[in-house]
Amino acid sequence: MVTDDAGQGGTTAGRDNKTGHQGGAGHNLVQLITPAGERVSHPEYDPWVRDVSDEQLCSLYEDLVVVRRIDQEATALQRQGELGLWPPLLGQEASQVGSVRSLRDDDFIFPSYRENGVAYCRGVDLTDILRVWRGNASGGWDPYTVNMAIPQIVIGAQTLHATGYAMGIQNDGADSAAIVYFGDGATSKGDVNEAMVFAASYQVPLVFFCQNNHWAISEPVRLQSHTHLAERGTGFGMPSMRVDGNDVLAVMAATRVALDRARRGGGPTFIEAVTYRMGPHTTADDPTRYRDANELEDWAAKDPIGRVHALLDRKGLFTEEFESSVRTKADSVARELRAGCVGMPDPEPLDVFKHVYSTPNSWLDRQQDHYSRYLASFGDPAGAITEEGAR
Amino acid sequence: MTQLTFARAINSGLRKSLENDPKVVLMGEDIGTLGGVFRVTDGLQKDFGKHRVIDTPLAESGIVGTAVGLAYRGYRPVVEIQFDGFVYSAFDQIVSQLAKMHYRTRGAVKMPITIRIPFGGGIGSPEHHSESPEAYFAHTAGLRVITPASPQDAHTMIQQAISCDDPVIFFEPKRRYHDKGEVDESLDPNSAPPMGQARVVTDGRDVTLVAYGPLVKTARDAATAAADEGVSVEVIDLRSLAPVDFATVEASVRKTGRLVITHEAGQSGGLGAEVAASITERCFYHLEAAPVRITGFDVPYPYSKLEMHHLPSLDRILDGVDRALGRPNSLSGLEG
Repeated sequence: MVTDDAGQGGTTAGRDNKTGHQGGAGHNLVQLITPAGERVSHPEYDPWVRDVSDEQLCSLYEDLVVVRRIDQEATALQRQGELGLWPPLLGQEASQVGSVRSLRDDDFIFPSYRENGVAYCRGVDLTDILRVWRGNASGGWDPYTVNMAIPQIVIGAQTLHATGYAMGIQNDGADSAAIVYFGDGATSKGDVNEAMVFAASYQVPLVFFCQNNHWAISEPVRLQSHTHLAERGTGFGMPSMRVDGNDVLAVMAATRVALDRARRGGGPTFIEAVTYRMGPHTTADDPTRYRDANELEDWAAKDPIGRVHALLDRKGLFTEEFESSVRTKADSVARELRAGCVGMPDPEPLDVFKHVYSTPNSWLDRQQDHYSRYLASFGDPAGAITEEGAR
Repeated sequence: MTQLTFARAINSGLRKSLENDPKVVLMGEDIGTLGGVFRVTDGLQKDFGKHRVIDTPLAESGIVGTAVGLAYRGYRPVVEIQFDGFVYSAFDQIVSQLAKMHYRTRGAVKMPITIRIPFGGGIGSPEHHSESPEAYFAHTAGLRVITPASPQDAHTMIQQAISCDDPVIFFEPKRRYHDKGEVDESLDPNSAPPMGQARVVTDGRDVTLVAYGPLVKTARDAATAAADEGVSVEVIDLRSLAPVDFATVEASVRKTGRLVITHEAGQSGGLGAEVAASITERCFYHLEAAPVRITGFDVPYPYSKLEMHHLPSLDRILDGVDRALGRPNSLSGLEG
């Protein structure tokens, strides 16, 4: 059975401190808020979040709750037939919120398909987040308006794009950085390993942000790696950190460390955010076929939202008024998400030819011309037959 | 006009692109100090610096994938894949990432990337160094595929490819790298024939012979030989393989009524099949005979002592011309 220790490996646990970076923090799990909501001090990472005020902590809590609400609403929309598919992020809210909230506007994000919480915090329009999953587009938004690429489906392929983008930042002499999101399964991919070679070789300003959610569909992280994933980075000569991915503050601290290094010309960093995918891989998946219910219970006790709730409570900040304002916000975001989803107009038939090329193409122009004539031959365009039959 | 080798003509075109656009960067294995294994990038790193002529780690997917990221950032990367047989490692990045990015971002992100690939055989290489993978890329929506056949075209078309806002796969016929030709380096690529346009190499009346890349020279030689026997062959250099300029081929076939297509790549599912099918669709009633394909066989590229049997030769092409004309040929008696 796969446990909490999956991916830890039997032989490496004892020598983490020797191989690690960050002045001896090694690959011990960095944690600043315990699951019980206790703020524990960490001499090395505390300075990186010292500026996080009570007000900001409340704001992070709101992000976590809203992101979870988006995820739940989208899952419901899929069950109701409004979305074709949805990849839930339940359990990974802190990894996503803590990292994206550490970025500057001019940093550039390369996400996988599960970073919908990142997209929300980045300011991506709610309807645009759903566009892909409703089948209305292959990409929901213009990456340049939010400095965030569209989701990548091919596992790990975006790590190379992020590396190339960071090479560009370096060539431009800018002090921004790029961050790339990927999962534990992706660390087995050639592209991810090639990206780490290129990034380390050129010392580009890039953060490799790996959410180890323990499962690649049905495959446990143990199948991908016999060491901590953070040690992958070390092997490429990259400073690496291993943080509690369910601890929004720890994630924020680690991301800030990495970004600071990138901006100062110190090259790439590997962050393993240890978290857990509480839901299925996608709405098409059934984790009861491969996952132990006890494991889920263990991780439920480490919930990323619960611990911030408890911390705010300890600080006397979790007032009724606050709770109600967060609920109102989450409700209104969910309403907007749903309205945007069901109100999304279907694409036009000839959109199938759009944007394949940015310049005229004689092959495609001819096919479009012929298909236009075909559609026109029905007289009433609504009577045109599609592959699935009349709509 | 200057006498330049094919390789030198590309080098000169790359130099111009580097001079004219600060966003152009060259990437590849051994392209810096060494100048590339075929010396196509000779001297460019010395003149433009390591940040514009970038030696990369030995990872083709990595090279193309980082080029995609650079393009995301507004750069115009020119990637060298060292040999045709090594491009497959980059297949996902080319086919799923590069080719589709403009479509996936609904036109927001342009991918002005040129991928240079030396291709084709005839140089006595070991395996994986002589392949013709153009059909894979011609079949992929979102890519443009071109191949020059003369030093002048090499010089002009590389500049056109680099300034194109869509990704371009630029196949370089490696066995012609050392062939020399007149090149007008002052020719403005904007006023030269567009890279998507086919070119009539020799006018003829009796048969249209379509070739591209390394076989254009062979086809031209075949036309000269055929003329000795009183057969007038019109040779067309496709130049662009995706999209193919069918209008030019069609105009020729409407005149000659006969079509022969030749390429080094294997026959099944190749460019020849596409040309034959499309021309048949477009001007069936002008054809006097079935189109003929003279191509490499559907085999892994053979070891060098056998490659002369695989590669379409002048005589095999002439045999194909005879078939198209209904003259006695190697398959007489089998057909019809």
